[in-house]
Amino acid sequence: MSVGVGRLSVGADTLARMQRQQTPHAAVQVRGLVKHYGSTKALDGIDLDVPEGTVLGVLGPNGAGKTTLVRVLSTLIKPDAGTARVGGYDVLTQPRQLRRVIGLTGQYASVDEKLSGTENLYLIGRLLDLPRKEARRRAAELLERFSLTEAAKRPAMTYSGGMRRRLDLAASMIGRPAVLYLDEPTTGLDPRTRNEVWAEVHNLVREGATVLLTTQYMEEAEQLADELTVIDRGRVIAGGRIEELKTKVGGRTLQIRPADPAELPRLAGAVAQAGLDGVSGATVDQDGGLVNVPIVTDQQLTAVVGLLAERGFVLASVSTHLPSLDEVFLAITGQKTSSGDSHAEELQEVAA
Amino acid sequence: MSAAIITAPAADGRLGLRDHLRHISALARRNALQIKQNPEAMFDVVLMPVIFTLMFVYVFGGAMFPGHRDDYVNYLVPGLMAMTGLNIAMAVGSGVNEDFSKGVMDRFRTLPIARSSVLIAKIVVEVGRMLVAVAIQIGMGLALGLDIKTSVVELLAAVGLSVLFGASLMWIFVLLGLTAKSAQAVQGMGMLIMIPLQFASSIFAPTKSMPGWLRAFTDYNPLANLADAARGLINGGAVAHSVWMTLAWSVGLTVVVAPLAVAKFRQRA
Repeated sequence: MSVGVGRLSVGADTLARMQRQQTPHAAVQVRGLVKHYGSTKALDGIDLDVPEGTVLGVLGPNGAGKTTLVRVLSTLIKPDAGTARVGGYDVLTQPRQLRRVIGLTGQYASVDEKLSGTENLYLIGRLLDLPRKEARRRAAELLERFSLTEAAKRPAMTYSGGMRRRLDLAASMIGRPAVLYLDEPTTGLDPRTRNEVWAEVHNLVREGATVLLTTQYMEEAEQLADELTVIDRGRVIAGGRIEELKTKVGGRTLQIRPADPAELPRLAGAVAQAGLDGVSGATVDQDGGLVNVPIVTDQQLTAVVGLLAERGFVLASVSTHLPSLDEVFLAITGQKTSSGDSHAEELQEVAA
Repeated sequence: MSAAIITAPAADGRLGLRDHLRHISALARRNALQIKQNPEAMFDVVLMPVIFTLMFVYVFGGAMFPGHRDDYVNYLVPGLMAMTGLNIAMAVGSGVNEDFSKGVMDRFRTLPIARSSVLIAKIVVEVGRMLVAVAIQIGMGLALGLDIKTSVVELLAAVGLSVLFGASLMWIFVLLGLTAKSAQAVQGMGMLIMIPLQFASSIFAPTKSMPGWLRAFTDYNPLANLADAARGLINGGAVAHSVWMTLAWSVGLTVVVAPLAVAKFRQRA
């Protein structure tokens, strides 16, 4: 973009340089994106940037507009207003070029159920203009990588949910996309399969892919994303690095269960009065037989557990509890999520 | 990230004819593999011509042409060729509808291919299925005593005409398939079109004995025109009128409905 008139052009250049500094090589750049469905605004003026080689987590409840955003960015639907560029290509004016740089894995696996794993990947390879031999090689390589080699010849309809999702992920990677959209990649998966998908995403990022990930799970965002954008009712309501957001919403809750419930008040008192760095209080959950300690860092967790060991408390279990999506929303907006979804409750066992 | 493997497209992402052909053949291969995976999908192609021919020849044959069942074979089989095209065209509608209700369509739509390639590939494979069905139909006829009184050229013309008209009908069902909410709805609507066209025609019985109001319909029923044309081409006799009528219907339907179907496809795709 250039403005060719005297002083004005200097201003425009400076402005452009400033924008570049703010968003170094944004692989995805979204400005004022609006999409209506009748009278409902699925997207109501979204702005976001995903710098090259990073993972942006888009967190929001059901119906927040996450999937609509991904569909606009993958040229499946057209926005009503605003602009979106991916890999430098505009979604409206350069869809053909844009489709060459993206890969999409949706919530519902988009593979042909009647075709085998190999046939599915070979088909995508051919549609991406790979020569026959190369398409075969790439299909085999990705099946190997996603541990699907044994099932390669079976029709996808015989695959388990996790296998299908992995095949879908493989299909979206055939063309080595520079930008990958993962739309709720682990919704509906069991924890083991979820971990497999996460591991693959980590690998992709290590190889330099830019990822836009939508999720309802705080834990998933924490595992995968560098930065978070929280959206609700089609608007961005918060954003920033995970740590910033976690500090804002109070991080995690450390739940301590003493072996003897009679110890609850003494244990809470010990934690509260120890003056550990950043640990400000402890509450007793009498019914649950727990002491809840808000913490932000792993160091604080270690310090609390260390303190209790030193004081000779006998513990039945120690676990950390990430804030649920509802709690994040409550902290950010003072309101519950619009869908009242509380799936985001995740427990991480650290000791038993 | 290396993107070196991907064949460099033109700077504006425009695809050449060879790209389109490659995409269409890859997608047609997909449709063919689906059939291989699910051989029941060929029941209509293989069994329908066999069952219909046997059934009608032995149920009606004796009554229609007492003592000359062979003559009924020669009357019926060309008409059934017309019906076969219609039946397969109908299946295209539910196929297209099912395809669209699946996530794999989203995958295709995010790939740098022309969206119409998906539709064209489907039609290519279905025309292939139609050819197989018509060939089985003729084979069955020959087994029951069909006598080709003209030559191979006319026989091939009859086959070509049946498939041409069948392909033009496909557009109607593609449009239906893209419009209807479910594959079942497509079948329901298809039946509504199919039954009167099939039975109020000259396929099973000559129209001479039908009342005037019905003949007014059968005279312009494209399926009756096609049946008459195929019959003339196989048995000899005047065919100009019915052949022209069939060609007019085929071209007319395609010219009117195909753009609507493609527009609907683009809108959904």
